[in-house]
Amino acid sequence: MIHSLFLINCSGDIFLEKHWKSVVSQSVCDYFFEAQEKAIDVENVPPVISTPHHYLISIYRDKIFFVSVIQTEVPPLFVIEFLHRVADTFQDYFGECSETAIKDNVVIVYELLEEMLDNGFPLATESNILKELIKPPTILRSVVNSITGSSNVGDTLPTGQLSNIPWRRAGVKYTNNEAYFDVIEEIDAIIDKSGSTVFAEIQGVIDSCIKLSGMPDLSLSFMNPRLLDDVSFHPCIRFKRWESERVLSFIPPDGNFRLISYRVSSQNLVAIPVYVKHMISFKENSSSGRFDVTIGPKQNMGKTVEGVVMTVHMPKAVLNMNLTATQGSYTFDPVIKVLTWDVGKITPQKLPNLKGIVNLQSGAPKPEENPSLNIQFKIQQLAISGLKVNRLDMYGEKYKPFKGVKYITKAGKFQVRT
Amino acid sequence: MTYRQTLLELDPRRVMIAKGKNASELFPAVVKNVASKNIEDPNQLIRASALRVLSSIRVPIIVPIMMLAIKEASSDLSPYVRKNAAHAIQKLYSLDPEQKEMLIEVIEKLLKDKSTLVAGSVVMAFEEVCPDRIDLIHKNYRKLCNLLVDVEEWGQVVIIHMLTRYARTQFVSPWKDDEVVEEYSENNFYESDEEQKEKDQKVKNTYTMDPDHRLLLRNTKPLLQSRNAAVVMAVAQLYWHLAPKSEAGIVSKSLVRLLHSNREVQYIVLQNIATMSIQRKGMFEPYLKSFYVRSTDPTMIKTLKLEILTNLANEANISTLLREFQTYVRSQDKQFAAATIQAIGRCATNITEVTDTCLNGLVCLLSNRDEIVVAESVVVIKKLLQTQPAHHGEIIKHMAKLLDNITVPVARASILWLIGEYCERVPKIAPDVLRKTAKTFTNEDDLVKLQILNLGAKLYLTNSKQTKLLTQYVLNLGKYDQSYDIRDRTRFIRQLIVPNEKSGALSKYAKKIFLAQKPAPLLESPFKDRDHFQLGTLSHTLNSRATGYLELSDWPKVAPDPSVRNVDVAELGISGKRRPSDSSDTESASSEENSSDSEAESDSKSDSESGKSRNATSSKVAAPVSVPTKTHELLHRMSGKGLAAHYHFSRQPGIFGDRMVSVQLTVTNTTDQKIENIHIKEKKLPPGMRMHEFNPIECLEPAGSITVSMGIDFCDSAQMASFQLCTKDDYFNVNIQPPVGELLLPVTMSEKDFKKEQGMLTGMNETSATIAVAPQNSTRLVIIEKVVKAANLGVVPSGQDNIHRFAAKTVHSGSLMLVTVELKESSTAQLIINTEKTVIGSVLLRELKPVLSQG
Repeated sequence: MIHSLFLINCSGDIFLEKHWKSVVSQSVCDYFFEAQEKAIDVENVPPVISTPHHYLISIYRDKIFFVSVIQTEVPPLFVIEFLHRVADTFQDYFGECSETAIKDNVVIVYELLEEMLDNGFPLATESNILKELIKPPTILRSVVNSITGSSNVGDTLPTGQLSNIPWRRAGVKYTNNEAYFDVIEEIDAIIDKSGSTVFAEIQGVIDSCIKLSGMPDLSLSFMNPRLLDDVSFHPCIRFKRWESERVLSFIPPDGNFRLISYRVSSQNLVAIPVYVKHMISFKENSSSGRFDVTIGPKQNMGKTVEGVVMTVHMPKAVLNMNLTATQGSYTFDPVIKVLTWDVGKITPQKLPNLKGIVNLQSGAPKPEENPSLNIQFKIQQLAISGLKVNRLDMYGEKYKPFKGVKYITKAGKFQVRT
Repeated sequence: MTYRQTLLELDPRRVMIAKGKNASELFPAVVKNVASKNIEDPNQLIRASALRVLSSIRVPIIVPIMMLAIKEASSDLSPYVRKNAAHAIQKLYSLDPEQKEMLIEVIEKLLKDKSTLVAGSVVMAFEEVCPDRIDLIHKNYRKLCNLLVDVEEWGQVVIIHMLTRYARTQFVSPWKDDEVVEEYSENNFYESDEEQKEKDQKVKNTYTMDPDHRLLLRNTKPLLQSRNAAVVMAVAQLYWHLAPKSEAGIVSKSLVRLLHSNREVQYIVLQNIATMSIQRKGMFEPYLKSFYVRSTDPTMIKTLKLEILTNLANEANISTLLREFQTYVRSQDKQFAAATIQAIGRCATNITEVTDTCLNGLVCLLSNRDEIVVAESVVVIKKLLQTQPAHHGEIIKHMAKLLDNITVPVARASILWLIGEYCERVPKIAPDVLRKTAKTFTNEDDLVKLQILNLGAKLYLTNSKQTKLLTQYVLNLGKYDQSYDIRDRTRFIRQLIVPNEKSGALSKYAKKIFLAQKPAPLLESPFKDRDHFQLGTLSHTLNSRATGYLELSDWPKVAPDPSVRNVDVAELGISGKRRPSDSSDTESASSEENSSDSEAESDSKSDSESGKSRNATSSKVAAPVSVPTKTHELLHRMSGKGLAAHYHFSRQPGIFGDRMVSVQLTVTNTTDQKIENIHIKEKKLPPGMRMHEFNPIECLEPAGSITVSMGIDFCDSAQMASFQLCTKDDYFNVNIQPPVGELLLPVTMSEKDFKKEQGMLTGMNETSATIAVAPQNSTRLVIIEKVVKAANLGVVPSGQDNIHRFAAKTVHSGSLMLVTVELKESSTAQLIINTEKTVIGSVLLRELKPVLSQG
């Protein structure tokens, strides 16, 4: 299936290549560069490119292009999903998925790639199994390795591959047994000019960090499971239990993983926690415009809205902006025309406001459209959909684990049209 | 030797690098030595990796060694080694295709494998080596369907794609013929209901879905919940290609969910939705707003979303959509704005109600400042006017004025064509336009030049008095143009319109030729022709056939013999103890197999049993409808010297084996000292009864409590299980008496099956009673709630309002237990229980009576 993989950085250098079958010449990437040039923007590089002898399927993650070479028909999502899994694994192993991290750990990278694909077909992609095979780098281990000349390769047999719960490694032992669940909800919304909601939905995930000894069998129940409109599960979850009882029952992988992701789409359920008042105008036949934006809290259930950041892609004709912020600080990048306003926390008593003059290129026509405002924010200790974890029970092990649930609401793709 | 050392030792690249010279000649010998040593290692992981490394060596000399190793590994006891054998098949095949026949034999053998580890890999090998050998799949079809949920995600994708192809060759089409017509013409909506019913009935009579076809659809459905986008897409395309049209809708929700993922996934999913939404608008209409465009989306995503929005447009939502489109037209991303204008044009042609509105909107855009927007509007207006040959003189005049300012060639050409085509409607302007363009002729783009020539010719024919000279001037310019296309066209036009002695018969018809009624261009989706590719494939994405693309065949007119998929006992092979008799009849075979077969039949004893319990016909064990929270006391803390124990029935089927009732025991320490080593001893069980104890609890802290699970096989009797609950220094006699309602496992079955089964369990096997029902208990919901709380029964869908049916089977022997509650006049009800186990039946009757009569 997957023949080769090239990693390419933003400046177009191929800094790593791996072939699972025969070697494919680097020149195949020229087709990719061609497409990249045509696309101008990195975001617009088509993920699937056809060349005379091969097909290139690529993803763009953390300023790196993962370009895979395919020779025959294959579901493109299969490859895309796998490449993202590779990037996730790097992230997991090295803490970041960057060119430097990959170059620093090039041996481990090759070892990982060798285990993840066998003859182009995915073999071991579960992080728990991989970690059994290849130990993640730590400072101590790399020092020891450089002295003794040993490698990161695990010296125990990876028995996880054989079990019917391949996502959990055997013989896990902790002195403190802990299970944490983060319920993270993101609001995707489009707000129109007049402030009414065009579209809104909640995308939620439950990320877990589970450090429990042995083979715990957990079941997590919600106060209001009916809220969850559409759910996707980690393979560890017993689907039948969910279908019949709406209880998440599972033997968890060890460590961090995403338990479920879900969607709450009924529009009237979505409370929009902030509102934006805006006045952006460009004068006809003059090289300036006015900009005035206020952000305020709304329906936030008594919680503070914090981490508020507004980014605006200004029209090309904008030369510079002369603004004053009553709170936080703003920057305007005249090259990419992006205005960023870091507001911080919103206090209802004194609403943050950003106001001033926009300087336009002289002679340029007045921009047709006002830019849309992209808002980010965060609300701690609140799941905006109202989802609540009821209880977590553990079977199969005898100790008493420490349990914790955290709720966060964030802005996802939150856009205000002006 | 450790696992890794093996790899190191065997890896040819490393060996060679270590030696720093070309060692390829010595290679086979080395390989043979090392491989043979490791390939027989007692540890399965070492055997597996030895095979993996051996098969990764791309040296033709070792083909025979490889073949031998694969054959051996394919019958290895360890499924992991067999999985690696399946991987090795592809490697050997690419190294030496001559081995195909032998490899197919191995594939055939491995396809029979029952392990979920192997399934994905062997199907992958099958697809690579012999995708046309559909016959190898028949016998394994049902098994693959049933294993699917437990296969790892990558394997799932491959198997689903293969099964899609398989199903298209084996089953008849579930799509009703007339449905296609209905989808397209909305007029049928007003058809009288009776007519509709008649039609439906006709279809129902002619088509029944093959149970195997249904099995595939049912077993893939849960995978829509997968976290892996590729799996979700694979199921979606399976439903698209195989499910009855009314069922395909269930995939839309999951596909829309994928849109929250990263841009690459979005791109592929949107493409597939675009193709789907052309044919079946209804599937995605409820999710219209999920396709609204954000200014931060990459252009390729924006255009795809726009495409889908256009496909979904209909009379009901068009006004909302046009308002949304207005925002897009003003987008800073001009390429996208242009695409929006195209989309508006398409909406205008498809939905006649809004054509005029759209046209007006587009005309307004003509005064836009951005040239690309104006140009695109001109092109679209041109197409619209052509489809609407009404009087649009004003618009044409307006556009003629624009000609002075617009520089985009396509737009100029479009305007010129329009003026030429409708020159009789604007008799004053047309010659003037020709005059102006004649002046600039030499500086125009080729596209524009051609249209100037065209305009000249048309005017010459209709208004030769005013334009004769001008046209000749233009023709002269064209004669010496650099482009041979222009020269060619000039010569052609001159011969046709200017009559001279040499010109043939054609010039008589010049007017008819030039001013013929032209067919209006069809504004249609670029995804229109993609549906002949299987969705979710690379070929679909590229819209061209990729190497190795396997065509999805059309439904056969008549289904091939379905009995080829029957598996007889002898052929079960490797682990023949599983799955008892399903050769008896085809109908029941499939349904029996899918009775969530996990452990249900693993016990070899069930072989003898299953003959008896023929009642498995089309019923399957379902998850409990409700789980009672009521707990029973096992040991009071006073009599237990501070140790208290409670139990309740968790109704989880088959945790400890299929005949055990699972009991959850909560032990609490109410003393202020630790209680150590809590365990079970001295079971005094009636004959036949068995018990699966919980693991001893080492230590229970003061005020602590622990919940443990145990299983008891009550042998379908209400006798109590007595045993001793012991601690380190004490013991207590306790016993568990099960309510008969807990000795059951709910099954789901259709009303029809229920009646059929009930018909066979009459006379001696039937007990009934008339009871008074409390008035508040007479609604359906309350009855169901009360009954399933009292006994672990499954609800059978009922066609009548006053009859409620429940079905279950006994945990031990699997005998059916059918409960009917029939509400009568004056708040009485008839309670009927049909079962072979008459004793339990009558006890259950007694227990259910008060449940319904009490408030």
